[in-house]
Amino acid sequence: MTINLDAAQRPLLLKLLRDMVRIRRLEERCAQLYGETKIRGFLHLYIGEEAVASGAVSALGPDDAIVATYREHGHALVRGVGANEIMAEMFGKLAGCSRGRGGSMHLFDISRRFYGGNAIVGGGLPLAAGLALADKMQGRNRVTACFFGEGAMAEGAFHEAMNLAALWHLPVLFCCENNLYAMGTALARSESQVDLTVKAASYAVNVRSVDGMDVTAVHSETLRALARIRAGHGPCFIEYKTYRFRAHSMFDPELYREKAEVEAWQQRGPIHSFSARLKAANLLTEAEFVQLDAEAQAEVDAAVAFAEAADWESPEACFADVCTPVETGVTS
Amino acid sequence: MSGVEGEAKLAVKGSMQKLTYRDACRLALQEAMHRDERVFLMGEDVGRYGGTYAVSKGLLAEFGEERIRDTPLSELAFTGTGIGAALGGLRPIVEIMTVNFSLLALDQIVNMAALLRHMSGGQCSVPLVIRMATGAGRQLAAQHSHSLEGWYAHIPGIKVLAPATIEDARGMLWPALLDPDPVVIFEHALLYNMDGELSADFAGVDIRHARIRRHGGDITLVTYGGSLWKTLEAANLLAKQGIECEVIDLRVLRPLDDATLLESVQRTHRLLVIDEGWRTGSLAAEIAARIGEQAFFDLDAPIARVCSEEVPMPYAKHLEDAALPQPGKIVAAVQTMLNKGGR
Repeated sequence: MTINLDAAQRPLLLKLLRDMVRIRRLEERCAQLYGETKIRGFLHLYIGEEAVASGAVSALGPDDAIVATYREHGHALVRGVGANEIMAEMFGKLAGCSRGRGGSMHLFDISRRFYGGNAIVGGGLPLAAGLALADKMQGRNRVTACFFGEGAMAEGAFHEAMNLAALWHLPVLFCCENNLYAMGTALARSESQVDLTVKAASYAVNVRSVDGMDVTAVHSETLRALARIRAGHGPCFIEYKTYRFRAHSMFDPELYREKAEVEAWQQRGPIHSFSARLKAANLLTEAEFVQLDAEAQAEVDAAVAFAEAADWESPEACFADVCTPVETGVTS
Repeated sequence: MSGVEGEAKLAVKGSMQKLTYRDACRLALQEAMHRDERVFLMGEDVGRYGGTYAVSKGLLAEFGEERIRDTPLSELAFTGTGIGAALGGLRPIVEIMTVNFSLLALDQIVNMAALLRHMSGGQCSVPLVIRMATGAGRQLAAQHSHSLEGWYAHIPGIKVLAPATIEDARGMLWPALLDPDPVVIFEHALLYNMDGELSADFAGVDIRHARIRRHGGDITLVTYGGSLWKTLEAANLLAKQGIECEVIDLRVLRPLDDATLLESVQRTHRLLVIDEGWRTGSLAAEIAARIGEQAFFDLDAPIARVCSEEVPMPYAKHLEDAALPQPGKIVAAVQTMLNKGGR
């Protein structure tokens, strides 16, 4: 399932590029809006890691489910959650994809089987196992893709969920986005075994490691794993080796890594490296790239205008909506 | 609701059925499994072993491994898996051996199940039922004996039930499964062997209201779970002294049924709360605060509490007994209140 850089694949290749650019432009604007205090709370940018969301999420089918982390703007956008609804959520507006109750870390769109936006590291893994169990028990051939960082692999939830999913042959794709730092703690300072595929393989699941800066490699490897899971071989684990160009959150002075290291990874930036490859293969012109980028910028501009104009949820409505509003229980 | 297969086929002969609390819990599981094919039970040793407290004994043979699922010792993962399965259209019943072990799953219960609906802007509900044993009295010492119901009752987004009677053990599970939100059911470990009777035409119970278990006009005793029977025993002892206690079984620990409590206290003008949890920050404290806020001027005496001593539960029988609410302590507290109240 290798993706070749040929004309027949051009629509897919341009989509992979476009989605990366859309994520980048959306998040650059988010950072700016944070400075303007339009967006508050925690804001974890995905800049640098776009090839993973673009390549992996686009490999999923519409019935597959996604469980993501608090660094999930890109996954949501590629999944089809509107930039308008994402931006309105960041603004805390009623028109946001979680009514403004979740913010940056809790983007949800159940209609697209996008189950958050989960901000407890490792917390999404058991949830993904359960979604997959429901599919398996009800005879639906669907996969749940669960994204988490390498930091989550030190959590008990990782081990418990991997074991359970493997034991019960659940259709889960465990997607480890290894950006080398659990917040500010480098991999070798938090893991006794730094080869993450070795850790995962101990649960008798199929494991692969892929260059997470290469969007076509990400896409191909994800498709391979999905086919394997759909064929009934149980869960798979993929390590996407990637890198976060920006700080962990907006409060991070980045004391834990050298500028030279960041710059070295930026040389391998997923957008410019892929667009250069496409140009070299005569599949993209500079004018086309400028056009694609302008469209991404326009989408973000429209999203900001949408978010600015949107209403706030009233406290009364918010507080009255904790439990599902239906009459329940059998009276004696 | 979809998926209902039909009425449960229960072996009930005559007008009354003799059974234990454990049997009642099992019948409830059986009925739920028969009525809705989406229901399944998942937990440690619920299948081949038959359940730590033998509640699910025989269910594996009846329903098979798909629906009676033995799990690894992974409270966090199988509880979270229950949440995901509920989101995926099933109606999971997760059994956790004891409330102490539920702390290993607390992240999924508090940070996931209770929050998902609201945090997602109301896009999804989590129709999950979690059952667990609670409470002391079996000399299981400090890591198997605590009563942490009050902690769970603190959390918006979940409902908390404490069946104290055979009827509630039999009847609460089904409405809990019908509820679209997470419901946590606490079964007191001391009650499993309790005998009782159930009417053959038992029609079910609600999971909204507290219930008056004994009527009386002198004082209101509010309790729940295993302490109900100690409280009723105390009320009988006090009746011999001419003191008539009204005993209220909370049944539902969240949301609390303020109306039933208020109505009673406004008649009796005195309130004693009996709670197997520790006193500090307890459910008893919450009830006292609510009555203090809403019925202060109806009270003839300060509200009082009989709770567990603030000590990790000791193993030795005499120490365990001394640490828990007991009929004698309840009787003494009532007598003190009535004397002080100028009756």
